[in-house]
Amino acid sequence: MTTVLPERGPGGDVGGGVGADEAALQAAFDAAISADERIEPRDWMPDGYRATLIRQIAQHAHSEIIGMQPEANWITRAPSLRRKAILMAKVQDEAGHGLYLYSAAETLGVSRDELLDKLHSGRQKYSSIFNYPTLTWADVGAIGWLVDGAAITNQVPLCRCSYGPYARAMVRVCKEESFHQRQGYELLLALSRGTPAQHAMAQDAVDRWWWPSLMMFGPPDAESAHSAQSMAWKIKRHGNDELRQRFVDICVPQAEALGLTLPDPDLRWNEERGSYDFGEIDWSEFQQVLKGNGPCNEQRISQRRRAHEEGAWVREAAAAYARKRAAAPSNEDGRR
Amino acid sequence: MSETSQQHRARAEWPLWEVFVRSRRGLSHTHVGSVHAPDAALALRNARDLYTRRSEGVSLWVVPADRITASSPDEKDPFFEPAADKAYRHPTFYEVPEGVRNL
Repeated sequence: MTTVLPERGPGGDVGGGVGADEAALQAAFDAAISADERIEPRDWMPDGYRATLIRQIAQHAHSEIIGMQPEANWITRAPSLRRKAILMAKVQDEAGHGLYLYSAAETLGVSRDELLDKLHSGRQKYSSIFNYPTLTWADVGAIGWLVDGAAITNQVPLCRCSYGPYARAMVRVCKEESFHQRQGYELLLALSRGTPAQHAMAQDAVDRWWWPSLMMFGPPDAESAHSAQSMAWKIKRHGNDELRQRFVDICVPQAEALGLTLPDPDLRWNEERGSYDFGEIDWSEFQQVLKGNGPCNEQRISQRRRAHEEGAWVREAAAAYARKRAAAPSNEDGRR
Repeated sequence: MSETSQQHRARAEWPLWEVFVRSRRGLSHTHVGSVHAPDAALALRNARDLYTRRSEGVSLWVVPADRITASSPDEKDPFFEPAADKAYRHPTFYEVPEGVRNL
């Protein structure tokens, strides 16, 4: 993630009416994309490409840090020290993923503060999945298995995204996500093989998280606002529907091994397609959650804002300390 | 006036540091990303927490991002051109008679 900032911000001095130059730059950009080369921070890029990446990477980063909340909810109540240590490591990883991604977004000429402002004021979004509550301990397992599983399915192709810093961040993220998915699966397996009450708790969590996980892939390609252009720019490599199908096909045998069922009466193997058919997704629920009417939208954002505001004095104190030390270099030299 | 500007500075974003990790002995430091921190010591700590949670490194460098001088992509072709027409710098440029070994 090279963070040397571009000399021109979005809509900078490139488009200043020098038509021939811009056409040449556009041609060089198009050639790099079609040759499957990576675009790097200081390269010329179309304003739309830059804006799309900022929107997508920011939303991705916001999702990682908002995603800390539903799971952190269970840290103090983890059933054993082993589970608690695992969950803390996982939540810390989510913070780390957010930071890798903010770092990648900053290479496009936006500041970290600006991105956080936009999250706090609702001008940039995060994944709807985190607006659902974690009602029981089994939800921690369902999130690891299904939510992180869906995220991996989405993110593995992003490791080949045309924008270098984003692709490199995704390589790191994907390496760490597989631990997340496995710990969730193991947690559910322990519950599923436990007492009848524990088994029921695991089944209930899977029943609640299955459909929202399928919605994580976004609306059907035909209705997806950004899909076609993102594919042309090689930001995205696969359509929403293709990735969703891939995820369903992966999950069905995993659910069987868990001894749990997936809450879809229409789920069945289609010999002809070599894939599982599955039922209609309730997109009106997706739209409602997206609009801010999910069970936890308000709670997630207000908690995020509060954490930011309550941490302000720490950031200010550290900055003041750094300034004071920089202003008195003689003391510093003495200690070196 | 100084009060306001101080307050403003206090709220301004922490500076950006580029992070380089030596993944194991015998290898060079490699750029991995960036962190924000108020000073070098905290930049190192933040970089450790962010980029070496799984023993990915044995040594870390942090460099203020605004202290890096980079070649401009606009000058790319002419800037790197001197290297392009000097094929004689590569061993494959030279013809070696059949049967000559260890050369």
